Amino acid sequence: MTQPSVPSTTYELRGITKRFPGVVANDDVHLTIRTGEVLCLVGENGAGKSTLMNVLYGLYKADEGELHIDGRPSVFHSPADAIAAGIGMVHQHFMLVPNFSVAENVVLGAEPMGRAGTLDIDRARAMVREVSDRYHLNLDPDAVVEELPVGVRQRVEIVKVLLRDAKVIVFDEPTAVLTPSEILEFFEIVRTLVRAGRGVVFITHKLKEALEIGDRINVLRRGKVVGDADPATATEAVIAEMMVGRPVQLTVTKGAAAPGTAVLDVQGLSVVDPDGRTVVDDVSFVVRAGEIVGVAGVQGNGQTELVEALSGLRRAASGRILLDGRDVTGDSPRERHAAGMGHIPEDRQRQGLVTDLTITENLVLTRYHDDEFSSGISMRWDDARTVAADLVARYDIRTPDPEQAASTLSGGNQQKVIVARELSRDIRLALAAQPTRGVDVGSIEYIHARIVEERDSGTAVLIVSTELDEVMALADRVVVMYRGRIVADLDPRTVSHMDVGLYMAGSRPGAPAEAAGAGARGAATAR
Amino acid sequence: MTETLKALRYTALAVVAALFVSAFIIVITDIAALREGDVLTALDTLRLAYWSLFKGSFGSLRAISATITGATPLMLAGLAVSVAFKAGLFNIGATGQMLAGGMTGLWVGFALDVPGPIHVTLALVAGALGGAVFGAIPGVLKARTGAHEVITTIMLNSIAGFLTLWLLKTEAFKREGRDDAISKLIDEDAKLPRLFWFMGTRIDLQAHLGFVVALACVAVFWWLLNRTTTGFELRATGLNQEAARYAGMRTRSLMVVAMTLAGAFAGLAGASEVLGLYGFASASLAGDIGFDAIAVALLGRSTPVGTAVSAILFGALQAGGRQMQVNTDVPIDLIIVLRALIVMFIAAPLLVKAMYRLKGEAQSHGQTFRGWGG
Repeated sequence: MTQPSVPSTTYELRGITKRFPGVVANDDVHLTIRTGEVLCLVGENGAGKSTLMNVLYGLYKADEGELHIDGRPSVFHSPADAIAAGIGMVHQHFMLVPNFSVAENVVLGAEPMGRAGTLDIDRARAMVREVSDRYHLNLDPDAVVEELPVGVRQRVEIVKVLLRDAKVIVFDEPTAVLTPSEILEFFEIVRTLVRAGRGVVFITHKLKEALEIGDRINVLRRGKVVGDADPATATEAVIAEMMVGRPVQLTVTKGAAAPGTAVLDVQGLSVVDPDGRTVVDDVSFVVRAGEIVGVAGVQGNGQTELVEALSGLRRAASGRILLDGRDVTGDSPRERHAAGMGHIPEDRQRQGLVTDLTITENLVLTRYHDDEFSSGISMRWDDARTVAADLVARYDIRTPDPEQAASTLSGGNQQKVIVARELSRDIRLALAAQPTRGVDVGSIEYIHARIVEERDSGTAVLIVSTELDEVMALADRVVVMYRGRIVADLDPRTVSHMDVGLYMAGSRPGAPAEAAGAGARGAATAR
Repeated sequence: MTETLKALRYTALAVVAALFVSAFIIVITDIAALREGDVLTALDTLRLAYWSLFKGSFGSLRAISATITGATPLMLAGLAVSVAFKAGLFNIGATGQMLAGGMTGLWVGFALDVPGPIHVTLALVAGALGGAVFGAIPGVLKARTGAHEVITTIMLNSIAGFLTLWLLKTEAFKREGRDDAISKLIDEDAKLPRLFWFMGTRIDLQAHLGFVVALACVAVFWWLLNRTTTGFELRATGLNQEAARYAGMRTRSLMVVAMTLAGAFAGLAGASEVLGLYGFASASLAGDIGFDAIAVALLGRSTPVGTAVSAILFGALQAGGRQMQVNTDVPIDLIIVLRALIVMFIAAPLLVKAMYRLKGEAQSHGQTFRGWGG
């Protein structure tokens, strides 16, 4: 690799304090970022990681504190200043134009001009190709962004930042949206970047990842840096304790399941998407009272559609869904709620919550029409508020006031609102899709415990997660989905992670395998 | 509550900013004085203009009556836009819905023969129903076929306009002895009583009971939004349709409900103009009110009270503007400029924030519909 080496630079944040009305988001934070290494910034949601990086990126102005670049004090008034000083940012939610090509997206805002001021798309293509080759990003400049899987879109963002000549690239929760195989590819890219002399700041709350990729780890809690950890010697438990401020249970403790009668009986269910593709293909399984069944699989293999069909948000093309022996295949979501189905949807901001409504309103979002909260069309908000206050306390939802908008909550607390709403009802079946995606360690522990508790009280639980660890830890039985079919029904106590991984990739342990990579690609195109 | 106060502050500041820019416009357009280099006279014109604006809107009982008269249809039509906004729909069809409600109210007003208070009540109900049916059409079209309500309501405005013109020429509606498109007069007992009846029969006090109807509708809208399951569903759907669907709400039916309600409000606006102000109908019955209503709803951030207050403000500007034109050479068109400026400042909270150096995050306080998708 012959590449111009990046001049080594040190960025130093000294005593940064940033206050928002009612909270101190950053409290006298000191942080050093160097080129040529990976700095992991870990902390729970709401610990101030993103605020700190937004200060660094010139989006927020710090109330106190200074920024020094190679020892010289500097001030960023806007992201433009930060970019000029060599700082690049890849946000958690990508800033891409979906129906533009990769090359068009990459040059957006800094378009190379041809004669007469026209866009020189050939040069844009060449630029993408050059950066892509140098860092092994494997990008097609002409691909349209909306057709690309999330992992590839992220690489488009990386190229954007690299073309603006960033010395340090800040990634805000980059792996939250990635599949396990994409995460591995992403780490490879990070290592390549660092070898080329660039610096990487990796914001995450996944400790395993921080330990794997970090050269240094800084832990934030409640706006303060509470400690440093050396990835070579630190353990997840130690860092988790620093993050949360108390010892954390990282594994799920649960007794043996005592399965009862079948609550959910899915018979030959198929779902066809609007483009006419069969995304769920003749799926049959049973979930019994008092057991947790986990659905493992790489994202995009039909799990989303399966859950939507079960909850009534999507029509089944064929097959039957029985709830407590009653056919609910044609029932509306409302009728299924009434029949005892609780649903924690996979995307809390898009589906699970109306973030502009208050926490109270969100806590009754699926039950406002119950006699408990309304008579006829007249809402009884006082009763709703009483119940909400009780749920906020019982489910440890951290908010000063349940009358605030749900958008003021951190991701973990937003998820707790949904969990509280769905599990506090008298339900027979709990559908939980990605119940802990983007949720901090403390909340994960809590949500897992609640789900196990729900099982022990005799509820049938179906967990869908792309985090294999989560499925293996929680489930009493694991089924694997691949290209819309259930390809395995396994006992997590006897099967190895490796073998489940092989099923997820579409091959069969011990059999002459289809390459794992082909499985991941298949998954990507199946989206 | 602090959120509401903050939003109110932005709105008030936007109005102040618009008044300021308009003042600048008044001064620099006083060519006659400026050519002489007589800045003082120009400034005096400004003083007189704004003084007249105030005198003409709140300075006397007559002025207040004029303000109320202007505000009444704006308030009702503004509610029609607001209720749709709340459900995430953009109702540009208040004009058409007003015509529909105006015509049905008119017909009941002259064709039925029932005793006094019942007659006017029936006529109002007919107006609301007529508007509701006409408003439901784009709702049903959207729910059934996905046709965008902006397109359909605009087209329905034209349909309503020509339908009204045609109806006014038919024997059933046409006033005898007239060749132009003007309707029969409504019965005396179908008229909405004057608001200031106790002042005798002064011809200049035109304000009528339609204003009370409008205020009652504001209360109904508030109650609906905040105290009913339907209102909760409307709000949830407007803010996040996907989540509303997940929660088991029937979002398609809610579109129809919202547009039906919108139509009923606008229909009342039309009916109250016919029954309270004109006593008959003409093709220009709705005027620009349906479009001004959009500005009213935006300024009022689609809230019940906000819509009411901004309708009164717009009514006052209209009434005061006439006085201003009489007392000075400043044309009433300045009011249109002023209103446009207010809407512009509302739509650009960042601008207001920068001008007043306000801290905190700027966000658009005018809830509107969310894009053209779906």
